[in-house]
Amino acid sequence: MQTLINSFTFFGHHPGLMWDKTLAHLSISFASIGVALAIAIPLGVWLGHLRRASFLAINVSNVFRALPSLAMISIGIGLLGIGFANVLVALVVLAAPVVLTNAYVAVEQVDRNVVEAARAAGMRPRQVLTRVELPLATPLIFAGIRTGTVYVIATATLATFAGGGGLGDIIVNEPTYGVPGVIAGSLAITVLAFGIDGLLALVQRAATPRPLRKQKRFSRTAAVVAEPAREDLVIQQS
Amino acid sequence: MSVLAPFGGTPSPAPTPVIPGFGGGQSCVVKNGQFCAGWFADNFGSRFAPRLVEHIELTAIAVGVGMLIALAAALLAYRQGWFETPFTLLSAFLYTIPSLAFFELMVQVTGINRFTAEIALVSYTLLILFRNTLAGLRAVPPDALEAAQAMGLSRRQTLIRVELPLALPPIMAGLRIATVTTISLATVAAYIGAGGLGEPIFDGIQTGFKTEFIAAGVLAIALALVADGLLVVAQRLLTPWARHRRA
Repeated sequence: MQTLINSFTFFGHHPGLMWDKTLAHLSISFASIGVALAIAIPLGVWLGHLRRASFLAINVSNVFRALPSLAMISIGIGLLGIGFANVLVALVVLAAPVVLTNAYVAVEQVDRNVVEAARAAGMRPRQVLTRVELPLATPLIFAGIRTGTVYVIATATLATFAGGGGLGDIIVNEPTYGVPGVIAGSLAITVLAFGIDGLLALVQRAATPRPLRKQKRFSRTAAVVAEPAREDLVIQQS
Repeated sequence: MSVLAPFGGTPSPAPTPVIPGFGGGQSCVVKNGQFCAGWFADNFGSRFAPRLVEHIELTAIAVGVGMLIALAAALLAYRQGWFETPFTLLSAFLYTIPSLAFFELMVQVTGINRFTAEIALVSYTLLILFRNTLAGLRAVPPDALEAAQAMGLSRRQTLIRVELPLALPPIMAGLRIATVTTISLATVAAYIGAGGLGEPIFDGIQTGFKTEFIAAGVLAIALALVADGLLVVAQRLLTPWARHRRA
């Protein structure tokens, strides 16, 4: 019990440290998410729009998802050395597949009749994409972004093993910070993961067109809830 | 006098190699090359194979126990609908906790050992296995259930002979994701003394011996990919009817 109390007072005694590590954690996380989104969203949406290359968007992506992050980081230390680039690669590999598969499925699963109707109404392919497919795909695309982001925030803890900084630095440094520090660091990273998840749930809701909101997709578990359904589809196609 | 002995006239022992105990003395190891295939081949049996087996054990126990708990919970939720929400919330909560933090927090309760690691690893499998199992059970066609009833099958027989087999595709899909996820998280579990391939990874990073952590990393990745592939094959063999559904 005393240890737990000490862990909470640890925050009070080391505000600067906690703040710095949290900022470092967020910066490496968001840099990785940024790169992952820049690659995965356009690719996924484009392939989904063409309704092609499901093998790439789903199966290849699934293989990338299987790669253990710590193993990626350890190989990265050999190839890229210690530091930011190494962790960035590992985290992008972690996040991009989830985002890609979700973006692809989101656009691809849009009701064909709706797309045909849009075409019959005289829309160009680009208009079909931006005015029909993307709005309908938004909830699932955001579910992917949310899942990927939570994965990255959680896994960025491992960055410390490659000198990438972040809250992991506190968790693995018991000699310096003691057990209360380790617990405080663990609690901080857990709270951060939940906080970001909740925040993205709000963003997801705000980004979803009003008529689609009544679907039960916005509980705290939404990010993961969207997953198995998609995964069933993944498996059936393989 | 004895304190000063090391500084005295006695000839100092020959300088020990920077990386001791790795045997062989191959130039690649001394230079700490990117990947020393010779050293890896010499040490696979003694250093890596046992870790690989440990890793498979860690994963199998976690997925096995997770599947049992998830199956029980899914059956309960299938009969008693109210149970779904609390169990989903609980397992989603566990799933969101970052692994290293989860391990460190559990260490305070159950100590540095394999049991602690398994608690965390099992927790991570629950959400996916529970959701997929429940989704599979609920997707069983009512016609099939009526037919089973008409044939005079009891509730238990219906469950074992009709509902569970028909629910297999999503269950297998869940097992596949859970297994791959567990293999990944089990590497981190070495940090709290659970063994497995994470051990040579952490050891190698600590000593700076590249071949060790690169080899262990490659083995972990290979294990994940092989397990993924085997489960796909198993799934096809177990559910031949599911293949044509989306053709």
